[in-house]
Amino acid sequence: MTDAPDLTASMRMPSRLPPRNDTPMVPKNSISGRALVAVVAIMTFLASLTTGAVMLVRATASEWQSDVAREVTIQVRPAPGRDLDAATAKAVQIAGAFPGITGVRAYTKEESARLLEPWLGTGLTLDELPVPRLIVIKFGENAPDLGLLRKILSEQVPGASLDDHRGWIDRMRTMAATVVAAGVGILLLMFAATMLSVTFATRGAMAANRTVIEVLHFVGAKDSFISGHFQRHFLMLGLKGGAIGGGSAMALFAIAGLFSDWFAGSAGVDQVSALFGSFSIGPAGYIAVASQIVLIAAVTAWTSRQTVNRTLQTIG
Amino acid sequence: MVRFENVGLRYGLGPEVLRDLTFRIEPHSFQFLTGPSGAGKTSLLRLLFLSIKPTRGLITQFGHDVATLSKDARATLRRRIGIVFQDFRLLDHMTTYENVALPFRVMGRHEDSYRDEVVELLNWVGLGERMWALPPVLSGGEKQRAAIARAVIARPQLLLADEPTGNVDPSLAQRLLRLFIELNKSGTSVVIATHDIALMDQYDAHRLVLHEGRLHIYD
Repeated sequence: MTDAPDLTASMRMPSRLPPRNDTPMVPKNSISGRALVAVVAIMTFLASLTTGAVMLVRATASEWQSDVAREVTIQVRPAPGRDLDAATAKAVQIAGAFPGITGVRAYTKEESARLLEPWLGTGLTLDELPVPRLIVIKFGENAPDLGLLRKILSEQVPGASLDDHRGWIDRMRTMAATVVAAGVGILLLMFAATMLSVTFATRGAMAANRTVIEVLHFVGAKDSFISGHFQRHFLMLGLKGGAIGGGSAMALFAIAGLFSDWFAGSAGVDQVSALFGSFSIGPAGYIAVASQIVLIAAVTAWTSRQTVNRTLQTIG
Repeated sequence: MVRFENVGLRYGLGPEVLRDLTFRIEPHSFQFLTGPSGAGKTSLLRLLFLSIKPTRGLITQFGHDVATLSKDARATLRRRIGIVFQDFRLLDHMTTYENVALPFRVMGRHEDSYRDEVVELLNWVGLGERMWALPPVLSGGEKQRAAIARAVIARPQLLLADEPTGNVDPSLAQRLLRLFIELNKSGTSVVIATHDIALMDQYDAHRLVLHEGRLHIYD
């Protein structure tokens, strides 16, 4: 029977290398440290997803709103003895000549019939029904003087009225504001949950380091020296976890943006794009996520400093 | 070097655990601090180590009234005091060499200025071949010697030891006592808190006996 090898034998042998004093004061790679990185990574990921989602919803809502706001409709109502085609042509001519208007398109009879198909069925002959004709007018960011256009139309085109979709826009504005407010509320809750989780995980990781704090205190280290070492260590842990979580969220948004570009044109993606826009959170979104990473790392570092100070107060 | 005058200590609203302590620790002196469990030995060591402040009375250390010192000033003064704990309190993630060099590191000294000194002391306490080892693989005696080396590396003027022989066999206890005597001869005042009467009988020194919070001195 042979003796078991002495695994510590190599440690008993004097090394030829001079001793080095380069081990960090705060233990690296501790289990509690790794758990803290995991908690920070997960919470940063979730907070970043929430931030990105809220930004997407906000951008999409304002896009819907501006799309609708850049479009008005002229309605030319039929009446006995009224030449609807001539009235429509006249309205198109007035609108086309009006300053600030970028596009005018009158719906043909067939197109108007198609608009009514869902309610009245196919094969409809509009001549038999008093269906008004629609003219869609588009303009840029600076809206033309719609009041003046309305006045001219009412004076020069009998039966013409201008609908500026105000009712729709008001409803859209209310809906968008509600969605964004709900999103911001969720984001605040998510952020509070993140801060609490990170704070408690940091305190947990710090509990394992009480001996280090005590020993440094007993060998004459000043409080600022001890708290400075812990703050730096936990700032790095926070940044590491934040970079993993926030980086994953950024990658996810980037991939989603690429996918929506690649598959643009397919029915599903177009439907989703119509609802949620381009899926790109843009530079502002990436800056917001990066700021979150820094903020969460700062909270981790600050909590560790507070915990060190509290521990030092209990020691002496 | 250390002067206590009518010092009393209580924790919170509890009873006084130390009462009317008046004594001095002279330079180059050697004393045992003893008494039954709960008599207040650890509390007295904590007062001597500037870890807590007294509830009443005056403590003067190295010419300073400790009640008037700031936290940083107390930390600086603490560097003139070495302390050895019964449970060693070595940092498990650092090698024996790094543990012993820790006081120099917190002073901000460059490693080149103290490396030889640390190696020499480790050789002196018989840990020359264990300086790369981490504390978890050291024996109890080796840990105790490493803890003592850390306490004395910065040549403190006062060395406090809390039950330094509590975890070691009698022969090692004797060797450790010889180590403390050598340190005392080289100029360090030594206070050893112990229950070990056999240990105290081996060396003729002052005895500070705590009983029910009061101190009795036997020269």
